[in-house]
Amino acid sequence: MSKADSARRGRKPVVKLLGATAFVGAAAGMALWWVSAPEPLSAARLAGLSGDAQAGEAVFRAAGCASCHMGADPDADPMVLAGGQAFQSGFGTFYAPNISTDPTHGIGNWSRDEFLNAVMAGVSPDGQHYYPAFPYTAYIKADPQDMADLYAFMTTLPADATPSRPHDLGFPFNIRRGLGLWKAMYLDAGWTVTGDLTETETRGRYLAEALAHCAECHTPRNSLGALQPDQWLLGAPNPSGQGRIPAIAGPGFDWTHFDISAYLESGFTPSFDVVGGSMAAVVANLQHLDKTELDAIAAYILRAGE
Amino acid sequence: MRRIVLGASLFFTALSLPALAQDHPEIGQRQGQFNLIVHNFAVLGGMAQGRVDYDATLAQTAADNLFHITRHDQSRLWPEGTDAQSVDSTRALPAIWENLDDFVSKFADLQMAAENVQTVAGDGLDALRPAVGALGGACQACHQTYRAEAG
Repeated sequence: MSKADSARRGRKPVVKLLGATAFVGAAAGMALWWVSAPEPLSAARLAGLSGDAQAGEAVFRAAGCASCHMGADPDADPMVLAGGQAFQSGFGTFYAPNISTDPTHGIGNWSRDEFLNAVMAGVSPDGQHYYPAFPYTAYIKADPQDMADLYAFMTTLPADATPSRPHDLGFPFNIRRGLGLWKAMYLDAGWTVTGDLTETETRGRYLAEALAHCAECHTPRNSLGALQPDQWLLGAPNPSGQGRIPAIAGPGFDWTHFDISAYLESGFTPSFDVVGGSMAAVVANLQHLDKTELDAIAAYILRAGE
Repeated sequence: MRRIVLGASLFFTALSLPALAQDHPEIGQRQGQFNLIVHNFAVLGGMAQGRVDYDATLAQTAADNLFHITRHDQSRLWPEGTDAQSVDSTRALPAIWENLDDFVSKFADLQMAAENVQTVAGDGLDALRPAVGALGGACQACHQTYRAEAG
């Protein structure tokens, strides 16, 4: 046997190991790639819908679309969804996109199915994941018919040609495909508050968990930015500035049903401070709803704190 | 030498601490003004929300007070350096001083809304309610933009 032969034979196990590692790595990579694939809504969920713009206005108010998607100027018209508001986070800065009816810079060209996939599955028309700064994590719980009504209403809103500003995120959070893994871990169409709920509490849960997404600010997040269900509505650091978003459940929260409903209607706390900060836009939306809807949210909030 | 090091470290510690509220009595003074606004607004808001029965005399007194409190000259209450980034004990955002004209104009809106409440306070609950709503709206306009979330 020549020297070269023995050297070749000696190298073989290493080559095998490398080959096996590469194979396992590739298989794991393929598995991750498969798990992280954007998954749109099933055809069954999209079937049989018919949009009613008038009903959609109430959904629009309850879901709080304008709070984030109206222009950055506090005096901007909340019906012009030009985008541009900045949302700082530990992952970087998100900028709310233009979702006005402008065909180029907004969503004027979107079909209803594309809209529902965006809002309820966090998948864009070109098949990319959206970041969960956009609360599809809540809207996934909504009735597709409500979202079809919302679509019908939003097509009646004015167009605005302001280009959307790209998010400013660091590596690895700027890789959208990675969100597929996040979704696999955290995206959940189930309710957080469960048990035997009254009809009013059930309606309130729908409004609060699926549409108004109260928990997005009032519940703390883990290191990957997912809400912590065991800390539901117990208050959290302010995502967009100084101070804290207050607890609306737990030992420190002593508002009555009347107090909560009256606050959502008027913006007055039980001690007659007046709403401010990001909650001001929430109240500005919710005060357009029927009082029975606000009463239902109040019933849910009290139930969630039990 | 040791004293110099100690002195220097105290100096730099002082630099890195936020200013203390007692250095700025205006903060407590303007908070006192807002507390008095709440003290009177609670009477009107309580009637508007149906927490207490409408009472023309009580409503008029509260509305008169609000008229006068909102006429208090603000010029010495908002010195530079009394924002929430410089001092811990205030929620007044630096944006106030960056948009002083807008802040002043929103305060003028508050004065107008208070005057409107004063005009209608004795005319019954139906007249009072929208005026109180508008007054709350004037409060909210500033709270939305110029007040930080509570600690």
